[in-house]
Amino acid sequence: MIKIEKLHKSYPIGKDSLHVLKGIDLHIKEGEFVAIMGSSGSGKSTLLNIVGLLDTHDEGIYKLNGQVIENLDETKAATLRNKFLGFIFQSFNLITYKTAVENVALPLYYQGMGRKDRQKVAMKYLEKVGLKERANHLPNELSGGEKQRVAVARALATQPKVVLADEPTGALDSKTSHSVMELLKDINREGMTVFVITHEEDIAEQTDRIVRLKDGVIISDEKVNKTVTA
Amino acid sequence: MFDLDRWREIFQAISKNKLRTALSGFTIAFAILLFTLLFGVGNGLKHTFEKQFAGDSQNSIYINSGRTTKPYKGLQSGRGIQFRNDDSKFINEKFPDKIQYFSPNIQRSMQVIYKGEQNRYTVRAVYPDYQPLESAVVEEGRFLTYLDVERRSKVVAIGRLVEKDLFGNLSAIGKNLNIEGISYKVVGVFSDPGGDNDERFIYTPFSTFQGMYKPNDELDYIGMTFNPDLNVDQAIAFSNLLTKMLKEKHNVDPRDQGAIRVRNYAEGTKNVQSFMMVLNVIILFIGIGTLIAGIIGISNIMVYIVKERTKELGIRKALGATPKSIVGMIMMESIFVTALAGYSGLMIGVFTLKALGKSLEKYFILNPSVETYVVVGATIVLVIAGTIAGYIPAKRAASIKPIVALNDE
Ligand SMILES: Nc1ncnc2c1ncn2[C@@H]1O[C@H](COP(=O)(O)OP(=O)(O)O)[C@@H](O)[C@H]1O
Ligand SMILES: [Mg+2]
Repeated sequence: MIKIEKLHKSYPIGKDSLHVLKGIDLHIKEGEFVAIMGSSGSGKSTLLNIVGLLDTHDEGIYKLNGQVIENLDETKAATLRNKFLGFIFQSFNLITYKTAVENVALPLYYQGMGRKDRQKVAMKYLEKVGLKERANHLPNELSGGEKQRVAVARALATQPKVVLADEPTGALDSKTSHSVMELLKDINREGMTVFVITHEEDIAEQTDRIVRLKDGVIISDEKVNKTVTA
Repeated sequence: MFDLDRWREIFQAISKNKLRTALSGFTIAFAILLFTLLFGVGNGLKHTFEKQFAGDSQNSIYINSGRTTKPYKGLQSGRGIQFRNDDSKFINEKFPDKIQYFSPNIQRSMQVIYKGEQNRYTVRAVYPDYQPLESAVVEEGRFLTYLDVERRSKVVAIGRLVEKDLFGNLSAIGKNLNIEGISYKVVGVFSDPGGDNDERFIYTPFSTFQGMYKPNDELDYIGMTFNPDLNVDQAIAFSNLLTKMLKEKHNVDPRDQGAIRVRNYAEGTKNVQSFMMVLNVIILFIGIGTLIAGIIGISNIMVYIVKERTKELGIRKALGATPKSIVGMIMMESIFVTALAGYSGLMIGVFTLKALGKSLEKYFILNPSVETYVVVGATIVLVIAGTIAGYIPAKRAASIKPIVALNDE
């Protein structure tokens, strides 16, 4: 599903440039549930954004669903994101003036789905995350956990192949974190590839595979042994 | 464009973001309102001037004679020029198609008596054509006729105020006035939009006075109107040629300004027209200034709006919005808001002008109004400006990387 070879990324900082990803090799198969761990500034978000086509890489090869990503124009990138990818962000990134159900329906709008169908599908996913009753509330009327569940519903609405989550529980307390992780596990069980950034060990351990990043290189990549605690 | 779903998105964005909608809408509405009011007031000023000068007979020409101020062809300066009946004939024969009304004139200030009442009035001996020349309006009886002229009748048409002075509330028609010892019958009373002075004139047939107060073929001056089909420049050219020919006829130096004086009202019209043009230019400048201010305002606001929405645009991009759909959304919103606001500004302006119309008359502003095409044009200009102003930042926002937009705070 995701194949990355010798990927490099630098950010220009004034005259210098900051080398953030220094040759990443990573292969994620369809249906995997992968966590990326690493200290702050190690390049986790950068990697996820490149995978999510929100940013571009400088060197190396990136293949998404068999398609080589290179010199992609924004229109094509937008279409690919809409079709294959769902996003969950630490800061939720809901549109403030849209209700929960309207937020969930938005990616379907960009897919060209009719209004009635959008409404129906969005309601279905809100129900799935347990927020059917809150459908017509604005984001600022929802708790952090609820907002993130709306974001999960929105990520799922287009039935993407890959769900990318950048510290989805970073702004939540442990109880709501748990419910969001349960949702991600559910999604994964249904066959979606889930790629989640976290710096919390107990979150990472709920996934199948942990990739550790340090200073822009992968220092370890191992399957999680469900019976053993690290 | 007529995608209902798309409009729904836009209406939601407009109605849920009232501040920014109000901001851009207000700028446009205010610019158009100001534009309409300024234009309306300017037009009001114009109307006042138009009316002021339309009161007089706009196409009158008066020809007076005096003494030469320059020696010419062996003749000395200081020679008096006397117009005669053959000058009337000469003018009418040379310019038959340039002349509308024509009348020679003998004018005296005379003592007029009716029973116990008496007063001094200007008595003018004229042709019937003099009536339209003065734009006099017959109130009672009739004006002079060519039959009166032919018969050298001792009849008079008197101004409304002459009647009032001498007859009080009684009618003057059919009564006899004693003018310096000779009795004249009043055949008509007229009013004159020219004001009090013009309503204290007394008119009598030209032929009645000629021979009696003036040697047989002499006259004092000539009044006429030029053919109204002539435009201002043609009329001035006509009177210039007429002046030249009369000077030639009377052996007057072409540069002599004293001997023969031709006063063409078209010159005044031309001055008024020049003044109007200056006024128009001023109005135009103010109008363009207002529009430019509006354009700058809406440009700034569009930049602000797009900046404020950057994060939202980033979210939309992450969810699959193409650059084209982003640009389209911002533009349509901008066009919709500016068009609606422009229309309201226009309507408020037009109604304000209507409401204020009468009360501004004391400030020399008459019937302040704007031509529809002018305000509609101005509104369209602003809408287009708003569109272009929206396009540039929208395009920029659409082309930045989604991650940059998402991280915007
Ligand atoms: N747009 C950017 N411009 C410049 N530097 C950036 C940018 N985004 C991230 N960085 C830098 O790149 C490094 C890696 O950032 P990031 O991938 O966000 O790390 P993480 O998510 O692991 O905390 C950090 O030092 C960060 O400051
Ligand atoms: Mg990060």
